[in-house]
Amino acid sequence: MSSPHDTGTRTEDRAGDGRTSPEDPDAAVLTRHQPPSLAASMHASLPRWAGAAAAALGVLVAAALVAVTDVHVALAVVVGAVVGVAAFVVASRVVEGERAATDRFVTALVTIAFVVALLPLVSVVWTTVSRGLARFDGAFFTQSMYNVIGEGGGAYHAIMGTLIITGVATLISVPIGTLTAIYLVEYGGDNRLSKVITFLVDVMTGIPSIVAGLFSLALFTLLFGPGLRIGIMGSVALSVLMIPIVVRAVEEMLRIVPARLRESSYALGVPKWLTIVKVVLPTAASGIASGVVIAIARVMGETAPLLVTVGLTASTNFNPFEGRMAVLPVFAYYQIITPGIPPQAFIDRAWTSALLLILFVMVLNVGARVLARALAPKTR
Amino acid sequence: MSRQIDVSDLDIYYGSFLAVEKVTMEIKPRSITALIGPSGCGKSTFLRSLNRMHEVIPGARVEGKVVLDGQDLYGPGVDPVAVRRSVGMVFQNPNPFPTMSIYDNVLAGMRLNNKRLKRSEADAVVEHSLRGANLWKEVQDRLDRPGAGLSGGQQQRLCIARAIAVQPQVLLMDEPCSALDPISTLAIEDLMGELKKEYTIVIVTHNMQQASRVSDRTGFFNIEGTGKPGKLVEMDATDTIFSNPSVKATEDYVSGRFG
Ligand SMILES: Nc1ncnc2c1ncn2[C@@H]1O[C@H](COP(=O)(O)OP(=O)(O)O)[C@@H](O)[C@H]1O
Ligand SMILES: [Mg+2]
Repeated sequence: MSSPHDTGTRTEDRAGDGRTSPEDPDAAVLTRHQPPSLAASMHASLPRWAGAAAAALGVLVAAALVAVTDVHVALAVVVGAVVGVAAFVVASRVVEGERAATDRFVTALVTIAFVVALLPLVSVVWTTVSRGLARFDGAFFTQSMYNVIGEGGGAYHAIMGTLIITGVATLISVPIGTLTAIYLVEYGGDNRLSKVITFLVDVMTGIPSIVAGLFSLALFTLLFGPGLRIGIMGSVALSVLMIPIVVRAVEEMLRIVPARLRESSYALGVPKWLTIVKVVLPTAASGIASGVVIAIARVMGETAPLLVTVGLTASTNFNPFEGRMAVLPVFAYYQIITPGIPPQAFIDRAWTSALLLILFVMVLNVGARVLARALAPKTR
Repeated sequence: MSRQIDVSDLDIYYGSFLAVEKVTMEIKPRSITALIGPSGCGKSTFLRSLNRMHEVIPGARVEGKVVLDGQDLYGPGVDPVAVRRSVGMVFQNPNPFPTMSIYDNVLAGMRLNNKRLKRSEADAVVEHSLRGANLWKEVQDRLDRPGAGLSGGQQQRLCIARAIAVQPQVLLMDEPCSALDPISTLAIEDLMGELKKEYTIVIVTHNMQQASRVSDRTGFFNIEGTGKPGKLVEMDATDTIFSNPSVKATEDYVSGRFG
């Protein structure tokens, strides 16, 4: 720690070196400008482990409360948190001063909020992994439920169904959604039609998924009569949910393509539609691709709309235009809601299906990032 | 390949706002015409009306005539896309296409228009344009790298190469050096001196030294106040404008008394 006294000594030393002489104006300025208040305002700071120690104290207090008294765990955790934060802030105030203590307080609150937000996620992942591992085996990925009554069998038919139905939904949604977004950003401007479309997209974003399922059911019933259950019905239902997400994502990406890129393309004598196809879309490709993948992840786990449109079957069906199809969420739902004998076999299959869905979503999200990076414009 | 432009009674609007009023101007071929004037007086607006880039902005329109080589650019049946192919433009901020390599940036005018080129032809166009833009030596061994990885001055010269690769008759430049350092600025000024042998060049600049260094003729735009339209006050040989202008406002502006 330097103090005004140290500074004086240092200047004398320099003069002693012969590098600066007492009448050297630079040296004088240097001494005068050395702000003594800076040194005075610097306090010692808490050691780096102080935060961890405070957290440990909080946990200890909570544990002690639970062990010794009979207060509820939740209350003990709250008391522990308060004690830990208080100790942390008081220590900081004594050692570091008022401003640092406020900073520590807010840091502690933000950290606690983060942990609280993380808890449900960790809990879900933990539960699903620990219970889903029981049937995470080869048979689960290669066998359907055809002729399976109790133990064994697998979700091959449901995995395929999920892939086919979301795949077809993607094929329907991406062109419609992308073209809509292109209209909104590149052609519509502020006109009436684009305002109406934007409003409808907003409404579509908010509709409950069961309504999307019932819409598809009603549509196909109108067209082909009642009682139909085929894969494409599910794809249409998922598209209703997916299109607004795709429109929003693509719209956002197109809007951040700088206007000057479009202008420099026009200035080269390139017509508008070619500018959109060859300049705007490639520039936005990375964002569009990741937006689409995230949209897929969002609808993949939908249960209700598929429950009412594609039903369930025990065998594998690759044809979305004929016959019922199994999908993972519906499969999991029926396994757990109508267990047979022995029940544990059904419950295990349900958990493994859930685990698989989480894995799919995770892979898609990571895939979105990889894709975004691969497609992003490069600078070297 | 260079042509004269005759502008007569050109009014330029943004919606109902008249931004530039009654410009009549003659732009000589194989020369550099500089446009100077205080900010907001409509220099960029006027420049963009010379290749019909103005109407890209919603609600923007013009009245009057811009005649290039005997043809009115705003005449009925004239395709703005075709106009932009013969009147090229370089913008204030260098803006190479971020998804393209240096090579493809130079060829952008053809590639984006789906024009097929043999590899040897394409190579020739790239080399010729980059040499024309005085950039060939610096980038010849990294043509496949992204254009966005170059320095600002190099990017601007890449944009010039891109503009001349489509062989326009006129080259419009809107403050092409204002985002660049002095050395890059000099490189581009030298380049303009070369380019005027082949092209008709119109440059907007805020830099009076630049106008007097590079241009043959200079037009001074002014504006009476915010909300009023900009007007062409005076146009003459650059020497005359800077030494002996006939309008007081021009003299005040070029001597740095306002603007
Ligand atoms: N996109 C636009 N929409 C509406 N008004 C504009 C637009 N661009 C420029 N203007 C107006 O036109 C006038 C001239 O602007 P500009 O041509 O950019 O001037 P300069 O290039 O000489 O600085 C200014 O009053 C400006 O506010
Ligand atoms: Mg301007």
